[in-house]
Amino acid sequence: MLQLIADGFVIGSVIALGAIGVTLVYSILRFANFAHGELLTWGAYLAWTALLGFAAVWGPMEPLGPFSFGWTLLASLGVAAIATAALALLVDLLLFRQLRRHGSAITLIMASFGAALVLRNLLQFIFGAVPEYYSREIQVAIRLVPRDVLGGLRVTPDQLFVLGLTAVSVVGLHLFLTRTTLGKAMRATSINPQLARVTGIDVDRVIRATWIIGAVLAAVAGVFSGLTVQLRPQLGLDLLLPLFAAAILGGIGSVYGAVAGGLIVGLAESLSVPIVGAEYRAATAFIVLIAILLIRPTGLFGERT
Amino acid sequence: MPDLLGLLSYGTFFLVFATIYGLVVLGLNLQWGFTGLFNVGVAGFVAIGAYTSAFLTAPDYPDQIGGLGLPIPLGWLGAMATSGLAAFIVGVAALRLRHDYLAITTFGIAVTLQLVALNAQGLTGGPFGLQFIPKPFADVIADNLAWNLAYLAMAATLLGLSYVALERLVRSPWGRVLRAIREDETAAESLGKRAFRFRLQAFVIGCMFMGLGGALYAHFVGYIAPEDFLPILTFQLWTMLIVGGSGNNRGAILGAVVVWALWTLSGNVLRELVPAEHQARAATLQVVLIGLLLMLILLVRPRGLLGEEAIISRHTKNSAGEVQEE
Repeated sequence: MLQLIADGFVIGSVIALGAIGVTLVYSILRFANFAHGELLTWGAYLAWTALLGFAAVWGPMEPLGPFSFGWTLLASLGVAAIATAALALLVDLLLFRQLRRHGSAITLIMASFGAALVLRNLLQFIFGAVPEYYSREIQVAIRLVPRDVLGGLRVTPDQLFVLGLTAVSVVGLHLFLTRTTLGKAMRATSINPQLARVTGIDVDRVIRATWIIGAVLAAVAGVFSGLTVQLRPQLGLDLLLPLFAAAILGGIGSVYGAVAGGLIVGLAESLSVPIVGAEYRAATAFIVLIAILLIRPTGLFGERT
Repeated sequence: MPDLLGLLSYGTFFLVFATIYGLVVLGLNLQWGFTGLFNVGVAGFVAIGAYTSAFLTAPDYPDQIGGLGLPIPLGWLGAMATSGLAAFIVGVAALRLRHDYLAITTFGIAVTLQLVALNAQGLTGGPFGLQFIPKPFADVIADNLAWNLAYLAMAATLLGLSYVALERLVRSPWGRVLRAIREDETAAESLGKRAFRFRLQAFVIGCMFMGLGGALYAHFVGYIAPEDFLPILTFQLWTMLIVGGSGNNRGAILGAVVVWALWTLSGNVLRELVPAEHQARAATLQVVLIGLLLMLILLVRPRGLLGEEAIISRHTKNSAGEVQEE
């Protein structure tokens, strides 16, 4: 039981980080971005590429303390975050920006659906379909709770790292959105874009910031997923439904809602495994989605439909 | 003349698929083109139709539920019914809300159905799929080419009937309400039209055509597996509609033929050019190519090859031009 909850929190962290990007794009650019999952995948693979690059220069990665990875993975994470943000801005420049000028929100969704397939297949073309790993080090799981208390609890240092860095990212984003001018401008644009424009907010700048934040968090989430599971071209596609479920559950536009939604969907997935079996865990997100749409479509923290 | 026969055989094969796609795209056109509903789970609804029809009509499967051995037309009706039922459930949950929610929910059901198809061994055969799906009038026509031609004739008849039915439907008062809701929901509601109900009806009917398309596919190939209904299928069908021109039923059929031709052609070219060991990798390029085509059409000619016709009023004939997409 405890083990399932802990696993749920680890998956939930990945979902939460991805869902923040979905909810930000949804509330500021006003469309459901089906290509967001691919940002996770690209982030994960870009970090992997950077890692190979570092290994070629400085030799193989030395594990850092109890972790399965060394400092080069952290550096690769930085590289991947920057590169993923650049990718998101490029897609926006080439596609979404053009459609925003003379298209409706629905055209944007369709375009994002097309962009997702192009990005995923391009990635599979470049990197191949074989699963990869950042590190083949075997980790000793730490026993936090003995086996006779609620089934016991063992976590790997990597999982603790994921939980810790997620918390840091969320707190950092919270400070950014509440304390900086740009953060406040983003919230204003999400609440009322026309009014924001009238008051002199540079909406283009807000949109760029939205893509950058969303993509950086997506890259982090992608690397976490690669670290705790494995790297696959379908990584982002498989996470897309949980991301949407989390964003809607939390309430569109609400960052804290996305985090709460992510953790709840992660827990639901993890806890459903003993009931429905591991092969149907992805369907849990769908059940959560249908339930929230029927019961409270505005989500836990949202006001808009 | 073996070459000519080969060409005829290939052409028939190609056209049967184009016809089946055309049928599904007609359903999608009712949803998107006329009602503005964004369905991202088309492959899921096609899959329900295919599996239902196989379940109902195939001979008894050992160690598996299903294979009831019922007559084929009954399988097709069943396919339409189950696809419609699934659409009803999704529609009730999502159609009251903003259009994005329908997109997300339909995506969700397609993902879930893919999981069921892969894992519910006892019902769907799992990754191996379902085999021995009966081919209609196979006991009468033994020759392969003749059978393909007969199937083409039947599928084309169904497509023609569907086209006529849908044309009448969208030109009826009911179809006018759909377009009114698409253009301005508040105005339509203020005239007493309950948008949710009309949307739900259009969504369910559209999905029934998708189910029928799935069933036609299953009985033509005789074998279905989960990988026949991946998101790429949804994407191909959407590209067909957008390229052909959404809101125009002839455009929907034309798009199905054009995009399917481009798809098979690019597949053949890649097969010729790329050595066998890189085939799987090259296949991903094909998707990229079609994806770029869709994005290009969205950017350059959003109304597609044949756009929607403006139906202004039958009393002011001759003045009806083509509408410009906003």
